[in-house]
Amino acid sequence: MKRDVFQAIADPTRRAILTLIAVQAMTPNALAEKFDSTRQAVSKHIKILCECEIVKQEKVGRQIYYQLEIDKMKEIDKWLEQFKQLWENRFDQLDQVLNNLNS
Amino acid sequence: MDFTVDKENSTVRVKREFSASISKVWSAWTESKILDQWWAPKPWKSRTKTMNFTEGGFRLYAMVGPEGEEHWARADYKSITPKTNFKFLDAFCDDKGNVNNDFPRSDWSVDFIESADSTTIVHVTIKHKKLSDLEKIIEMGFKEGFTMALENLDEILEA
Repeated sequence: MKRDVFQAIADPTRRAILTLIAVQAMTPNALAEKFDSTRQAVSKHIKILCECEIVKQEKVGRQIYYQLEIDKMKEIDKWLEQFKQLWENRFDQLDQVLNNLNS
Repeated sequence: MDFTVDKENSTVRVKREFSASISKVWSAWTESKILDQWWAPKPWKSRTKTMNFTEGGFRLYAMVGPEGEEHWARADYKSITPKTNFKFLDAFCDDKGNVNNDFPRSDWSVDFIESADSTTIVHVTIKHKKLSDLEKIIEMGFKEGFTMALENLDEILEA
């Protein structure tokens, strides 16, 4: 199942997981130890993050490591950049309108 | 312009300074005739059908595209403190003002601060229920022709 990248950051636990693995790739066990919730709950969040394609698994020997997909995080920023651009255009128009009011 | 997104609280904050007195900037935000001149990004036009700028009142307006296509929206005014702040709840709707509940509504608060040399600072705070709502609004924005902004950016980047 493919999910929306915004679903990844919609939940506080998932945001915490992303913050952790942004620093370094982590194994499922190491991640679970950072949270009070059950191992199952944490792995469910990891599953969602993988489905959002914001986290990818990497096998090193027998261990699985989770790491952040930086490009996906950039996708969120790209959306926000568009919203910012809308406001800049809108306010440039307001500048002109205010100029006309001044004269 | 300052533009910040608080992902934790699904809140967007925009801050901008204008070279005009607080009275003029306040009018530009609260009088439909002036608002219609700048609210829609070109080539779209904002056309207000009715506007009752009072607490409990609302503005019903259309974003009109170059082909004459219309997208209706409304703003319900929650509180008004003249030349200081006003708050409203936005929504997509039909031309009669019936709210379309398939789309998220968001809470807006607009603050006006007069600073030296007759300049005015405006703070816009938009609180969404979920950050993903913002994505929906941007998607809707695309339908409303807001992509123009991006095309302008492309031109600048190409030059």
